[in-house]
Amino acid sequence: MDEKDRTLLHLLEENCRTPTSELAVLAEMSEEEVKSRISRLESIGAIRRYGAVVDWERAGDGNVAAVIELKVSPERDFGYDRIAERIARFPQVRSLRLMTGAYDLQLLVTGPSMHEIARFVAEQIAPMDRIRETATHIIMKTYKENGTTFAEREEVERLPYSF
Amino acid sequence: MRDFVSARARAIPPSGIRRFFDIAQTMDDVISLGVGEPDFVTPWCVCEASIYSIEQGSTAYTSNKGTPQLRGAISRYLDTRFGTRYDPENEIIVTCGVSEAADIAIRAITDPGDEILVAEPCYVSYVPCVSLAGGVPVTVPCRAEDEFRLTPEALAEKITPKTKALIVNFPNNPTGGVMQEADWHGIADLLVDHDLLLISDEVYAELTYEGDHFSPARIPELYERTITLNGFSKAFAMTGWRIGYLCAPPEITAAALKIHQYVALCAPVMGQIAAYEALRIGEAEKDAMVREYRLRRNLFVDGLNKIGLACHVPKGAFYAFPSVESTGMSDLEFAEKLLHDQHVAVVPGSVLGPSGAGHVRCAYAVSRDDLREALSRMAAFLESKE
Repeated sequence: MDEKDRTLLHLLEENCRTPTSELAVLAEMSEEEVKSRISRLESIGAIRRYGAVVDWERAGDGNVAAVIELKVSPERDFGYDRIAERIARFPQVRSLRLMTGAYDLQLLVTGPSMHEIARFVAEQIAPMDRIRETATHIIMKTYKENGTTFAEREEVERLPYSF
Repeated sequence: MRDFVSARARAIPPSGIRRFFDIAQTMDDVISLGVGEPDFVTPWCVCEASIYSIEQGSTAYTSNKGTPQLRGAISRYLDTRFGTRYDPENEIIVTCGVSEAADIAIRAITDPGDEILVAEPCYVSYVPCVSLAGGVPVTVPCRAEDEFRLTPEALAEKITPKTKALIVNFPNNPTGGVMQEADWHGIADLLVDHDLLLISDEVYAELTYEGDHFSPARIPELYERTITLNGFSKAFAMTGWRIGYLCAPPEITAAALKIHQYVALCAPVMGQIAAYEALRIGEAEKDAMVREYRLRRNLFVDGLNKIGLACHVPKGAFYAFPSVESTGMSDLEFAEKLLHDQHVAVVPGSVLGPSGAGHVRCAYAVSRDDLREALSRMAAFLESKE
């Protein structure tokens, strides 16, 4: 990866709907080069997919989300990978990470109601083999997601002219 | 009652954009490309350190020349970043922005009748500061066909036995022009041959997009006859903090310090603490801002050329300086009508020096969305004038 790839990735991460023609101007290259670089970045998996950052609450569809911490007994030869793969298959699990510290796996789970999330944890996650302990934390408010701040701040007024 | 205003103050012409300012104030949807300051807020790590210092009670005067920590950090920064060496003890003064640094530098070296050359188009303060110091400002043109660089030929033409110094600003406000090392050699020869001093305002040094900024004090023959000015406003988005600095040989620094201590006493302590943090941990955010300016430059200059306003690609600062000659309008007329018809604010080039005539200064230190909107309004404006 070189500086130009890096520039393209930043631009796409910020707005994946930027037209190729504009990417070419911004990143100082031809449209053909933009296309070939992007397809290469897609094929090596540097670009996983194109998506939007959605404020579901604002959209009127207030899902409940929770961070769930799991203490897990690792398996001989596999460590945490096999159990993590099983958990990752549930569509309710939006993200899943192995952590250092007091617990092992961290899940971000979303569902239509608190009740649904409680049921999912109690019935699907907690009874799995090798799960020793669960702790569920309901998310009360999201201030920032993937680098985007949700709260609206009043803009500071700037002078229209200066030298 | 007699007129108490001094002849010197009266002789300063009124600001060339005051009129525009008043018109813009009456509009509520102005896209302003008229502001010479970053639209970014100062990096949070810098603000946070300054807030903490206030909580700790750091609200007193500092040493006249600035805190030892900040002077030390500036000295190390200039050495590693631009290869110029200044002793933090007696060759650096922290000032209230580069504006003050320029003023005290000019006053420290100007005697009545001294001719001070000012490369134009340029920031508006140099000429009045020279006049206020009793000197005679003489402008030297930097032309579009030279990519707004200063040429030895243009300089030689203006040198007389009374000439004492030359003031330059590269990367340049308003043209975005830069001077590479090779561009300096002919200039350096003239400065040495005529025993002249150089005042180099490098406040846009970090905003250099092709290659690295070249600081003229790196040329050994120039080092001892150069006053280097720089500051935090542009690179670290810190305009309101008012922190700049002056670097010069010890005798000149000592003279400038005498003026600084009576004019300002010291630069604001909160700003000095913030500036120290900017040098200590602000580099990554500075680099990210510089990358963003480059993207905006690419977008905006491409757009200007597409709508028919010829614009060279500026290699530094955050200004595009397109020619408006193709429209048949003067730069003043263009700027005024564009503001009136389409509510886009730009600065007419002629207020920044005679060589700026026929151009307008557009600061691309606004979001890319605003730049797109400004371009589409400018395109509509040009169509309506056809």
